[in-house]
Amino acid sequence: MPLVKGGKIIPDQFVHVADGAELPAEGSVLVSAARFLEDPEVLFARSGKVGVVWPNSRDVDDLVPYLDRLGSVALVFPTFRDGRAYSQARLLRERYLYRGELRATGQVLRDQFVFMLRAGFDTFEVKKQADAEAFAQTVKRYSVFYQPTGDGRITALHRRMQLRHSESAGL
Amino acid sequence: MTSPLEQKKIKIAGPSIVTANRTWDGAVIYRTPRQNWSADLADAAIVRSSDDARALLAESAADDLGAVGAYIAPVEIGEGGKVEPGNLREQIRRSGVTIGLNVNVGLPVQV
Amino acid sequence: MYAYDEIDRTLVNERVAEFRDQVKRRLSGELSEDEFKMLRLQNGVYLQLHAYMFRVAIPYGTLSSKQLRRLAHVARRYDRGYGHFTTRQNIQFNWIKLAELPDALADLAEVGIHSMQTSGNNTRNVTSDQWAGVAPGEIEDPRIWSEILRQYTTLHPEFSFLPRKFKFAITASAHDRAAIKIHDIGLRLHKNEAGETGFEVMVGGGLGRTPFIGKTIKPFVHGRDLLSYVEAIMRVYNQYGRRDNIYKARIKILVHELGVEKFAQEVEEEWQQTRDGALKLDEEVVEDIRSRFYYPAYEKLPHMPDELRKAAQDPKFEAWRTNSVFPHKAQGYAIVTISLKPVGGPPGDATADQMDALADLADKYSFGEIRVGHEQNLALPHVARRDLPALWKALDKLGLATPNVNLISDIIACPGLDYCSLANARSIPIAQELTRRFANHDVANLIGRLHINISGCINACGHHHVGHIGILGVEKNGEEVYQITIGGRADEQAELGTLIGPAVKFDEVADVIEDVVEAYLALRSRPDELFVDTVKRLGVEPFRERVYATR
Repeated sequence: MPLVKGGKIIPDQFVHVADGAELPAEGSVLVSAARFLEDPEVLFARSGKVGVVWPNSRDVDDLVPYLDRLGSVALVFPTFRDGRAYSQARLLRERYLYRGELRATGQVLRDQFVFMLRAGFDTFEVKKQADAEAFAQTVKRYSVFYQPTGDGRITALHRRMQLRHSESAGL
Repeated sequence: MTSPLEQKKIKIAGPSIVTANRTWDGAVIYRTPRQNWSADLADAAIVRSSDDARALLAESAADDLGAVGAYIAPVEIGEGGKVEPGNLREQIRRSGVTIGLNVNVGLPVQV
Repeated sequence: MYAYDEIDRTLVNERVAEFRDQVKRRLSGELSEDEFKMLRLQNGVYLQLHAYMFRVAIPYGTLSSKQLRRLAHVARRYDRGYGHFTTRQNIQFNWIKLAELPDALADLAEVGIHSMQTSGNNTRNVTSDQWAGVAPGEIEDPRIWSEILRQYTTLHPEFSFLPRKFKFAITASAHDRAAIKIHDIGLRLHKNEAGETGFEVMVGGGLGRTPFIGKTIKPFVHGRDLLSYVEAIMRVYNQYGRRDNIYKARIKILVHELGVEKFAQEVEEEWQQTRDGALKLDEEVVEDIRSRFYYPAYEKLPHMPDELRKAAQDPKFEAWRTNSVFPHKAQGYAIVTISLKPVGGPPGDATADQMDALADLADKYSFGEIRVGHEQNLALPHVARRDLPALWKALDKLGLATPNVNLISDIIACPGLDYCSLANARSIPIAQELTRRFANHDVANLIGRLHINISGCINACGHHHVGHIGILGVEKNGEEVYQITIGGRADEQAELGTLIGPAVKFDEVADVIEDVVEAYLALRSRPDELFVDTVKRLGVEPFRERVYATR
């Protein structure tokens, strides 16, 4: 499954480790929330980065104390139609000011890339190779955004304000 | 005519067919015995057991490109083997809307 | 009406380009139906019995004549020459081809019409009062706020994959013509003691399998807090709404299961975190939206012009005027309701020719503006009273002057089994027969205001639960049978109707309705006691007795 980050397909530095499977000696790992919360310090003691796969049916509150030490938070779209991870992503970015890697996993498809970016995801485990290759093109689909999210894009309402001001300033 | 969208278990009560809508234009189509679709009910493959119905539906649904929303529908076999829609819903799908008909002429509805 | 600017147009065009790409990938097989279905729904494309159905948004029910002509063009070019106006102020075309949809959308985009989010598990058309901006006694034009909400909810990245669909309605008049109490979020615009604009916020209204009247969770949310408060509601819903069962996935179920107080509390807690953030609306932004709504330059006109005095001699004109013409906030003007319920016709339909002709009439008599009401009628909102006789003559020729507005033959009906793949029974033929039984205008006027709502299945798109008389088609042993309720209301006194007895067959429905009406005429305390008030006063029993005595 191709990983997209920074608009390109890149090799994944993280490895998903199943519950019950042994952690690799080195390298960055993604583990389930249950495994992580059992003993976070053991994971942080390793040399590689720690990432957590957080279920979409659970509040992110329990994860918040660890955010500044995590190398990745992976949220889940069990189907692309289940949009709970969008709320989780925005809360992590905008309320809890998480700045690390925020990864979309599950049924991650081309037609949701823009929504995901706007919600704060920066890394994507893309289901289809063709979609991953089309990522850079796809995110250019929209240049107008009506509502503010943490992505810093100016909203239509405020762009109008800008235009109005620059008009009246004779620019 | 409980909407077949609510079909969970496939159990047929009589001769049945598989019908769907054509993907590119939404036209009503029927699954033929030759692994393709026809807009003519006369060409439809007829199944008479629940197992056969399930198999035909599975085979039809695999054609995700040609057809959308395939489901099993009842038919009536008239004189000389002529195939007719088996309920009001399928009659409407084949002949079009009933609006404009005298409402006192209720269409026969037997499943 | 709201003028799109370059920014709004760009978004719509970007959306059309995206959908064109998605259709291409569907028809090439790159996208499966499972992956495509939600995408096409988000552009208003359903699969119905005979064909695809295309639902186009008419934001808060306001159209320009140019836009109406373009809808006529779509009906002609891509469909079968007619369209159907819906109970959410949208329009539907029933014979659309998927392959031609991107072109139809491009044609619509040229005049600022789109179909974004008219279906799917996202936020739908923000509906309002079809008399907004012109009704006497209105507090302020609710469409300003509908537009603010429309923009806020369009392609919202967090709320495009909700547990289920989400519907808003706003009213700014004492009499609620927008049925806000049967919406997921209903907003009643009003002013506080300081004269500031705000909203009573109701949540969890809705019909369908489990009908609920919306409950107030906050009596006053200041205008500047509207978006942050709505975002709090939606975030609670997105996270906690049920996703295991589509029949339990609406916000009304969440409100019911948590209880109103707990729900309101969850929203309040979330809102406290965001109320001072980026969604706080400043006055400048609201003013900007307000400034892009154009209002006509009304002339100073007399209330009783000569043209009107003369025309009053014509009983046919008078019958129409007393039925379809309503007071306007500007002296000398009127709001004209255009009945789309001709005797024997399918309710809410208009042909392409009628749409074009109406667009011309709107240009001539209504400053180029048309409205769509949730009762599936249209309206011309700015007609000078001196123009009423000329307008009536023209409407009459077009078959758009049936004087039955708000009367028994002004029926709201869903498309039903003639069109819809969810339906269990037909609704339109029932409506047609009822209009024939009650075609006599004197009889209809004698009966008075009476709303019949017909749904062809439990999804209740005909709003039968809140009909004065509600008719629900169900299927029993392969036959179409109909349950009849009475006493429902959709307005500020919203209430669900009560079943009067066992379901009746297709052929008997019209007879039963006649009996219900006969019972009402016998039981009412005075000629001007409305049907729905008689039911309230006496309950269902006396009706049940009379109607089922011989059945």
